[in-house]
Amino acid sequence: MTTAELMDYAEVIERYDPVLGLEVHVELSTNTKMFCGCPNSFGGDPNTHVCPVCLGMPGALPVVNGTAVESAIRIGLALNCDIAEWCRFARKNYFYPDMPKNFQTSQYDEPIAFDGHLDVVLDDGEVVRVDIERAHMEEDTGKSLHVGGATGRIHGAEHSLLDYNRAGVPLIEIVTKPITGMGERAPEVARAYVTALRDLLRAMDVSDVRMDQGSLRCDANVSLMAKGAGEFGTRTETKNVNSLRSVERAVRYEMTRHAAILADGGSIKQETRHFQEADGTTAAGRTKETAEDYRYFPEPDLVPIAPTREWVEQLRATIPELPWQRRKRIQEDWNLTDEELRDLVNTGAIELVAATVDAGADQADARSWWVQYLNQQATSRETELADLVITPAQVARVIELVGSGELTNKLARQVVDGVLDGDGDPDQVIEKRGLKVVSDDSALLAAVDEALAAQPDVADKIRGGKVQAAGAIVGAVMKATKGQADAARVRELILERVGA
Amino acid sequence: MSNISRDEVAHLAKLARMAVTEEELDTFAGQLDQILDAVAKVGEVAGDDIPPTSHAVPLTNVFRTDEVRPGLSQDEALAGAPAAEEGRFRVPRILGEEQ
Repeated sequence: MTTAELMDYAEVIERYDPVLGLEVHVELSTNTKMFCGCPNSFGGDPNTHVCPVCLGMPGALPVVNGTAVESAIRIGLALNCDIAEWCRFARKNYFYPDMPKNFQTSQYDEPIAFDGHLDVVLDDGEVVRVDIERAHMEEDTGKSLHVGGATGRIHGAEHSLLDYNRAGVPLIEIVTKPITGMGERAPEVARAYVTALRDLLRAMDVSDVRMDQGSLRCDANVSLMAKGAGEFGTRTETKNVNSLRSVERAVRYEMTRHAAILADGGSIKQETRHFQEADGTTAAGRTKETAEDYRYFPEPDLVPIAPTREWVEQLRATIPELPWQRRKRIQEDWNLTDEELRDLVNTGAIELVAATVDAGADQADARSWWVQYLNQQATSRETELADLVITPAQVARVIELVGSGELTNKLARQVVDGVLDGDGDPDQVIEKRGLKVVSDDSALLAAVDEALAAQPDVADKIRGGKVQAAGAIVGAVMKATKGQADAARVRELILERVGA
Repeated sequence: MSNISRDEVAHLAKLARMAVTEEELDTFAGQLDQILDAVAKVGEVAGDDIPPTSHAVPLTNVFRTDEVRPGLSQDEALAGAPAAEEGRFRVPRILGEEQ
């Protein structure tokens, strides 16, 4: 494989305006498939979640999954779309063994939801509105395994093996309008859009939104316009983009590849390309069939869908607080600066902090723990904040113990470390590791007396009015009590003792 | 009046994955023309006020509840397959047309 010529990114931005179009496929987490009662679940032995309908056997009659339609309408509403008063399914005809029917049931010119938008927050807090063209219902395809030749790849394969467990799983395809004017931030916008969409769908509980398992997939259409040109260039569609980071990389790579070809006087071939995770490049796939070649026509086996306005309004009422609304409300409730909010969002701590507050902690304490100490722990343990074994309730308990003086900040961190190490909840860790603050004055006084006796010159200084000299004695006491004393109380006792 | 060209027949044949001989291109072009002419007659009769019919029965919103129903076992699913391997349908290799 020859390495494609690429243009330096800064030069791309100087000479061209990128235009993006993002198509996101979302597998709904319904119990059953779109048109039959087969279970909709990831994996399973091959061809065990199948029936005559999803295998396309003659005479089988599909019936629409009502819950999937509800999810489609709810997604449309959350994306600020209009909901069609009447729409039909259509057959998208192509011969390829991933659909045993020789067509995919989809929607063509009558999508259930259209003309919406999604506000997307970039890393620096800037909000970009992405216009949504449509969201339509369709079904997923089966999975092909290419045997022989290079592993799993189609080139050189001798034959293919088909598993139809996934064929017929409900899919919603969400298509943006062309995203223009983003300049150098286009790749970032693409990632931020897919991130916002994922967060939205997760909050609505309509999909697992696992990019690694394919329940959320993004196809990135990229084209370049020469600066000042009014017309869009020829686009390529990059598939196989399996992570948020890959969305950004794939868009950036295609921009630099297109630019090099265009600058060299060449033209872009309209084709499907495949993102290669390993080196961040794309490779040519098939030349795209035109819509005409799919010979769409209304699906005669499924009756039209005509959502009543009452039904649509009922569904609107079920849409939960959406991620950006929630962020805005939390910012107001807690009186956070934009920067403080961004720290919460970027570290992925926002829901954890909210849960800690719900468990009784003060929001400032909860934020400090999650954004600072626990975030550092997650990084050093090479895991995500949300995957740490400590729960928000446990963090709230630690905060409570600090507040009541039973733990110092230093001890609290040791307790948290214990929880993270799997030693149980905070109270168990305190018990096991003997971490409680020594609040028994008589025990502290003994340590104070010992320290004063050991450093009589310091004791004299304090007595002579140099109160700041007490620090050395405090340090000695803290050392003697293995950090388990309350430093403020120790200082009071020292001053009492020397009579200063 | 021939509306369908040999090239169009060849394109359709390719989309339908059918091997068509040179003579058949002419034969099918003529036959498809006749079929299209016959269908076009319907268009002459139907006025602008008559929308195309996709469904003969005036029904909408026929939904199924989202409950799992028994399907086929793997053996049953593969029973009619010309070839199977590792619990999967085996098909000839597909040339350069990854979806």
